[in-house]
Amino acid sequence: MTAASGEADRDAEVEPADGAPSIMFGSCPIPIFEHKQIVLGHGSGGKLTSELIDTIFRPAFRNPILDKLDDQAVLTIGGARLAFTTDSFVVTPIFFPGGDIGRIAVNGTVNDLAMSGARPLYLSAAFILEEGLATVDLRRVVESMRAAAEEAGVQFVTGDTKVVNRGKGDQIFITTTGIGVIEDGLNISADRARPGDKIILSGFIGDHGMAIMSQRENLEFEGAIESDCASLNGLVASMIATPSEGARDFIHVLRDPTRGGVATTLNEIAKRANVGMMLREQSVPVRESVKGACEILGLDPLYVANEGKLLALVAPEMAEEVLRQMRRHDLGKDAVIIGEVVDEHPGMLLMKTEIGGTRVLDVMFGEQLPRIC
Amino acid sequence: MCLAIPGKVLEAYDSRGMRMAKVQFGGITREACLEYVPETLVGDYVLVHVGFAISRVDEAEAERTYQALRELDQLTELETPVVEEIEPGGYRQ
Amino acid sequence: MKYLDEYRNGPIAAKIVDEIRRVQTRPWVLMEVCGGQTHSIVKHGLDHLLPEGIELVHGPGCPVCVTPLEMIDKAHAIAKKPGVIFCSFGDMLRVPGSDGDLFTIKSQGGDVRVVYSPLDCLKIARSNPDKQVVFFAIGFETTAPANAMLAWRAREEGAKNVSLLVSHVLVPPAMAAILASPENRVQGFLGPGHVCAVMGYSEYEPLSARFKVPIVITGFEPLDILQGTLMTVRQLEEGRAVVENEYSRILNRDGNPTAQKLVASVFDIGDRKWRGIGTIAQSGYRLRREFAEHDAERIFNVDDIDTKEPEACISGQILRGIKKPHDCAAFGTICTPQRPLGATMVSAEGACAAYYTYGRHLEQHRAQLGAAQLVSVESLVGAA
Repeated sequence: MTAASGEADRDAEVEPADGAPSIMFGSCPIPIFEHKQIVLGHGSGGKLTSELIDTIFRPAFRNPILDKLDDQAVLTIGGARLAFTTDSFVVTPIFFPGGDIGRIAVNGTVNDLAMSGARPLYLSAAFILEEGLATVDLRRVVESMRAAAEEAGVQFVTGDTKVVNRGKGDQIFITTTGIGVIEDGLNISADRARPGDKIILSGFIGDHGMAIMSQRENLEFEGAIESDCASLNGLVASMIATPSEGARDFIHVLRDPTRGGVATTLNEIAKRANVGMMLREQSVPVRESVKGACEILGLDPLYVANEGKLLALVAPEMAEEVLRQMRRHDLGKDAVIIGEVVDEHPGMLLMKTEIGGTRVLDVMFGEQLPRIC
Repeated sequence: MCLAIPGKVLEAYDSRGMRMAKVQFGGITREACLEYVPETLVGDYVLVHVGFAISRVDEAEAERTYQALRELDQLTELETPVVEEIEPGGYRQ
Repeated sequence: MKYLDEYRNGPIAAKIVDEIRRVQTRPWVLMEVCGGQTHSIVKHGLDHLLPEGIELVHGPGCPVCVTPLEMIDKAHAIAKKPGVIFCSFGDMLRVPGSDGDLFTIKSQGGDVRVVYSPLDCLKIARSNPDKQVVFFAIGFETTAPANAMLAWRAREEGAKNVSLLVSHVLVPPAMAAILASPENRVQGFLGPGHVCAVMGYSEYEPLSARFKVPIVITGFEPLDILQGTLMTVRQLEEGRAVVENEYSRILNRDGNPTAQKLVASVFDIGDRKWRGIGTIAQSGYRLRREFAEHDAERIFNVDDIDTKEPEACISGQILRGIKKPHDCAAFGTICTPQRPLGATMVSAEGACAAYYTYGRHLEQHRAQLGAAQLVSVESLVGAA
């Protein structure tokens, strides 16, 4: 990558008439994209993660189901349509306001299944425990998983446990895999997004990510920010059951905006379906506490992880109905339409800011880092 | 540079010989150092950058200048009708 | 949030824009000095609201961009050393040196930690008495009081395992350099609000007088930036060139004397190398001799580093406002949000990333918007 315009060597100080050096201000150092080693950013759900998936995993495992790149695989086996998904949970600290690693391990997988419209049925859990983990902590995590599974109406039917040496595993890692069944007539997938669809968000964003942030060393702050960790299958079931005169397929896309937040998730859908999207900043609900925490760290709530929220792209004629239906449910009581899918700028997510301007929301690169600048 | 946010001083105390405060930003509070704004009282608003209050908000001046902004349309003859202002925060809780 | 939310008021923004339109008779090129101001402009889509003919160009106010490669390489060399806990503000973590960034070093086993406040380093040092805690003290004058306090307290508390790697830069010499350049297009400046909260703005008066440019010390919220723009345009239209203060709720001409005093007792001023430019005389802070015990550059032997300057991109010219992103041969081709060429593109909202992404789409988008350039108040109230 060379400077194409052929100007003089950057560091040369050419003296103009009055003696002040000629300036080429701030050349941008080229950031690294090809890494020889895995870095933390590869796990944040942004561009680095996509890059990893595209360059290493997909070429090895290529098949039409995988290529759909939804959060779950939809399989047709003996006439039944099954949703199948897996997820690993490595969050630190393992206990945080509003939840713990066990609770997210259940809800995360339940939610991935629910996002295809499936009724989640069975889960497996594989534990990697670090030598030295307090047994009482393990009990607490497992009890939390029991309670979450009960709430979600799923059962753990198989599992595995391994122990690694002290220092080789951050207290506890959990991988859950889930299976659910999808009713006939439902076709919920990113590629179904259509211009005109309304974008519905089920509630306040940024709670989970900032709850975690509030516990991270050197970034603590006080305040009642709790993770919103919850299983969404009940809400999804009621949304699907919204009375409608026509066909049942008015919900086109469902996604839970976890890592990377609402902005990253909507970008994924936009690119997958090759549609544009326009959001309205004023419609996006953020709690004052989350807002304050984001402001002081220089973070954007639209990129912060959520663990109990969903985005729904709904056919315009049914949007208000679905919204009403959602608001009757505990997890959807703050649901709101935040924008729509449009014809213009396909693949791009734009937002009308509260001040009246327009802004492009790109996909996050790596982790969102607190900034001073 | 210079991400600095105004917050309200809820409490002031000494810590290891430095004047510190609990400062409230929206719904959360964080500790900040008051060494550079020694005249600060509880209830004042300060501007905090990387954990340090670097200035106090002059509330009277803020009021005065904001009022001037609101009155801008009395200087310009706008054809559009006078509109209700959106309350700060809009939808947000 | 008080003193924040009200400065994001849509209808008032529209009024200010209408007033700018009313007083403006010809095109003007303004520069907002601070990276934080650029952030705000792009985040809120403010340049989209401004009338045609008011051009805002991004200034050099990003310590990430201007930290010399040698300094970054030194930071990396120190971070790699066993027994070192390397602490930094988040901004610097992804900035590449000649070989890797701090994240890479972390992945190789280096103890690299993000801190929010420099004082956090003291806590880390107390908990790790057998380790060397090194803090990457970068920034403009805004951050100097915080960084100075770390050095001061380290000495007071006898915290022998705390040191600072200092790379502080000053705004007025940078502005002078921009103004003195024969290719300078900038006619007015939105001055750095938070830098001046610390330093006051008396240093900008000689600049304004010598180069005959208006400098309006401006805040960071949308209404601040729009009001600062209005005040600058008014001066330009009236043929005036003085320093004015838009951000009066936060600062006055003297700034913060308490902070200035401590900064002066910890740092002195020396020549500094700016990345991509070279050395600007008397443009940076360095630790005074009395703090030698806490000066990481003196403590760690990191002089024999092989610094490899990467191939130049022309963002230097873009940052000076001489070229636009779409003038850059790399823009949109080799250099895109997907494959960025600049450090300022590294963070999700990096000035360049936002600017480039926004700008690129803006060309197509503007054509479609057409008459929407005239922002009406109704369109801002309960926009559906």
